[in-house]
Amino acid sequence: MSNLATNDDPRDNLFLVAMKSPSFVIGLILTLMFSTGAVVSFFWTPFDVTVLDIANKLKGPSDIHWFGTDHFGRDMFSMILVGARTSIAVAFIAVGIGMVIGVPLGLAAAAKTGSMIDELIMRTNDLVLAFPALLIAILITAVYGASATNAIIAIGIFNIPVFARLTRGAALSLWTREFVLAARVAGKGATRISVEHILPNILNLLIVQSTIQFSLGILAEAGLSYVGLGVQPPLPSWGRMLADAQTMISFAPHMALLPGMAIILTVLGLNLMGDGLRDVFDPKLRRNRT
Amino acid sequence: MRKPSFLVALGTALLLASSLTPAMAAQTDITVGMVLEPPNLDPTAGAAAAIDEVVYSNLFEGLMRFDSTGAVIAGLARSWDISDDGLVYTFHLPSGVTFHDGTTFDSEDVKFSLDRARAEDSTNAKKNIFEGIDTVEAIDPTTVRITLSAPDGLFLWQMAKGDAVIVAPESAADNATNPIGTGPFKFVDWVQGDRVELAKYDGYWGDAVALDSVTFKFISDPTAAFAAMMAQDVDAFPNFPAPETLAQLDADPRFAVVVGATEGETILSTNNQSPPLDDVRVREAIAHAIDRQAIIDGAMFGYGTPIGTHFNPSNPDYIDLKAQSNYDPEKSIALLAEAGVTDLVLQFKLPPPTYARRGGEIIAAQLRAVGIETEITNLEWAQWLDEVYKQKDYDLSIVSHTEPFDIGIYVRDNYYFNYSSDAMEAIMTELNNTTDPAARTALVHKAQQQIADDYVNGFLFQLAKTGVANSKINGLWENSPTQANDMTGVSWSD
Amino acid sequence: MLVFILKRMISLLLTLVAASVVIFFVIEVVPGDPASFMMGFEASEEAIEALREQLGLNAPLWERYISWISGLLQGDFGTSYTYKVPISDLIGDRIWISLPLAFYALALSMLIAFPVGVIAAAKRNSAADVSIMGATQLGIAIPNFWFAMILVLFFAIQNHWFSAGGFPGWDDGFWVGMKGLTLPAISLALPQASILARVMRSSLLDTLDEDYVRTARAKGLSRRQALWRHALRNAMIPVLTIIGLQFSFLMAGSVIIEKVFFLPGIGSLVFLGITQRDLIVVKSVVMLLVFAVILVTFLVDIAYAFVDPRLRKGR
Repeated sequence: MSNLATNDDPRDNLFLVAMKSPSFVIGLILTLMFSTGAVVSFFWTPFDVTVLDIANKLKGPSDIHWFGTDHFGRDMFSMILVGARTSIAVAFIAVGIGMVIGVPLGLAAAAKTGSMIDELIMRTNDLVLAFPALLIAILITAVYGASATNAIIAIGIFNIPVFARLTRGAALSLWTREFVLAARVAGKGATRISVEHILPNILNLLIVQSTIQFSLGILAEAGLSYVGLGVQPPLPSWGRMLADAQTMISFAPHMALLPGMAIILTVLGLNLMGDGLRDVFDPKLRRNRT
Repeated sequence: MRKPSFLVALGTALLLASSLTPAMAAQTDITVGMVLEPPNLDPTAGAAAAIDEVVYSNLFEGLMRFDSTGAVIAGLARSWDISDDGLVYTFHLPSGVTFHDGTTFDSEDVKFSLDRARAEDSTNAKKNIFEGIDTVEAIDPTTVRITLSAPDGLFLWQMAKGDAVIVAPESAADNATNPIGTGPFKFVDWVQGDRVELAKYDGYWGDAVALDSVTFKFISDPTAAFAAMMAQDVDAFPNFPAPETLAQLDADPRFAVVVGATEGETILSTNNQSPPLDDVRVREAIAHAIDRQAIIDGAMFGYGTPIGTHFNPSNPDYIDLKAQSNYDPEKSIALLAEAGVTDLVLQFKLPPPTYARRGGEIIAAQLRAVGIETEITNLEWAQWLDEVYKQKDYDLSIVSHTEPFDIGIYVRDNYYFNYSSDAMEAIMTELNNTTDPAARTALVHKAQQQIADDYVNGFLFQLAKTGVANSKINGLWENSPTQANDMTGVSWSD
Repeated sequence: MLVFILKRMISLLLTLVAASVVIFFVIEVVPGDPASFMMGFEASEEAIEALREQLGLNAPLWERYISWISGLLQGDFGTSYTYKVPISDLIGDRIWISLPLAFYALALSMLIAFPVGVIAAAKRNSAADVSIMGATQLGIAIPNFWFAMILVLFFAIQNHWFSAGGFPGWDDGFWVGMKGLTLPAISLALPQASILARVMRSSLLDTLDEDYVRTARAKGLSRRQALWRHALRNAMIPVLTIIGLQFSFLMAGSVIIEKVFFLPGIGSLVFLGITQRDLIVVKSVVMLLVFAVILVTFLVDIAYAFVDPRLRKGR
């Protein structure tokens, strides 16, 4: 009956279970591919992405330039490797900010439902959520200057209420459930119930949501860079590569297709991995499967 | 009975069809694409180029005007006399001219417009061009006399500018949103953020225009501009913002691409007082680090003419000073060493146009090759105007100075280059007081030489006017001698 | 129920006040002078100062806040610095693009997501489910502006089936307008529909596992009957949350799509305001959007209470 049973399983066991899920495996491969690329780019890229070679601009893929060159003759493969760094880092930190702050707030609000704390948290949430996220992100970068840090803050702020609201919503319906009532009768405090009984039961929802938020984070970073408010040149970013490619799409399609694919595959990889992980973490799903 | 009536009907139909055909042949409306939307439509209350690009010659007229070659020709003034001492200008105006709201135009309107522009509380962006006017007198309805306080060789040229157009006292206050002028087109509608619509003004005093309606559509995004062109949502784009697509558009029989010249000297603007840029050797080092052709090829896909000073190369008075700042990285490195500059990091602030954003990335790479690092910040125009132009909080920037004959900015007080030179000051003062053409040419040469010697800015290239239009459109300006989209001579062929 | 609604309304008002303060002060610190932007590149310092005075930009901060708020309360959004026309006119023109676009995209999104999500949940782990989930993964992963670029390339540039951008207006008829909004709506709806379908599916699966649904099934209801009679209604709570969020996203967050299709909508009005330093437009439009979102949130909260009466009693 206990929902905590699965958490006692040894980690390697969980991993083995996960490896049976094809979506997890595909996701893991894609994610590893891009994160490896991002790490490798710190030490080595086939070409220097800050050196221009205008005589060789807009070349299609070849054995010298695997992914071709851009409008300045830079090596696209090298740029995509370095771009992976930017995208992953920005999105990861932004989602991290959202979870670390948002989930405890949501749990607290649900535990003290109807209280002043709940009201304050939820109204502040509403306040933040009420602001059009992308426009405010644009505004923030317009005020404090376009940079990776400001992009992270702008995206991160809007992840907090998403997690807080989701956590509270899911926790609220759990608070009326029998096993929570039983725990209350047993004299457990609100904090303990939140951590021991509520949190594990909403973990799958949180994982689904963070995969969505992560993909949104990468997409938001790409969007901000696309309108010129993300990482500044000469450091490459996928969004800006797409912006550069736009007018050249009909005669240099590789410039738009390859960074687009990089975004799609990264987001896809992370989401597939999250899906697989959910299947593993969620005791109910496992129970149903067997 | 039946057959004849059928034949009559058929005949009528054929007649109708044939009489309709010629009317259908030539289109009389045009949609013109523009990159920037004007903030308002009053050329006497703003310096934004986009205002003139909509209203100049189309909606508003001045005493004088520019033609497609940049020559100053008669506008509302049909003729004029200049006194021997160069102080008194007498303009003769046509009669029977009306504003779009039906009010009559006469010499009082000229007096009103010029007095308003030079008044204490004037918001005319080029108030300084009216400073030399001492008095404006309306002699009779068709004669106006302007007396200057000192001779000004450029006075007629100044009066041809968009800032000097004639407005009516009845409507001047509302011109920002509901412009009323004397031009061949009248204002119809402005959907902010999207388009301005003009229609032929039937009461126009001058030669009739071929077009019935003109729509200016604002598309700032190069991609959207390309898409709109390809989808034929716009008929003409006189300053097309995506040079990389011109080859493709040119190959398409539906379109004609015309590459002309503009008055836009594209320069690497340099803050002459920000150390170590206050050292002429450092500025010279930057100049030699720059490969102009690489910038033209990389940023503009080959469109543009390299320049060696701040002057339009298609002007007869231009002198070629490119050799003085040729591409020579070795010399650059040597000059930096001589100046004792190491680990130089410069703030490089870029406004939105393609030439600046792409050119900036290329220049940053070229400077890195000689050991100068840059920190690029991309700015919107409003931020750029504030941070760079007003507060002068920058080291380097890239801007195209699109005003015709604007070498005078090098002696303007407090201008954002932070450049001041007594020698240049003396040359320009002398130029302003000189009317003899040969002497003027010599002085203009001297001025060009002076700023090249001082390496005030990096002189990059003259911006090309890359115009794309439906191949059936005639009469668009090939070059851009002033900021205008003159529609008065435009027509469609069948 | 009445008390619940009343309480919600009070907090709605407080949120609005807080939002107005935040908006005003955040936007007032944006660097860039509207007057110098309006006057343009070569404008003289004198002319700019004259304009600043004329626009009332030299008044102290609190004075400007008071006059802004009192204007808003009287339904006066102020006058655009840049365009010198009432902001309500600017909004009036654009709301008839942004609002229909948001509803169009939301309708497309729900139209796709609901059946797809239900099918996937009903036939869990079937080939249909797996391919639907794969397709939604792809839908989420595709950046909407990139998708828009591809749509324009294919449908507007290569084949002239749709306009590449711009908006023809509603004057030429409803369908002409709708056609003009079709490509933008599709680019907006694709990721939204994918997200919604996934939420729909996982929420349905969760409720199918709930005790009362299990009880219902134990009582002899088939899986399908249980799904339609019990699960769907309860699964709507997270789905409603997401729809509420998506609506607010679509109202203002379509700014990038509006840029790609150069649609003169609300999002591009704010973007325009930011780039032109037309701060009064930014302030007023953001305030309006915030008001709209707070109202939607309020309505979703009320809807929650109807769907799940337990939440009501909790208060």
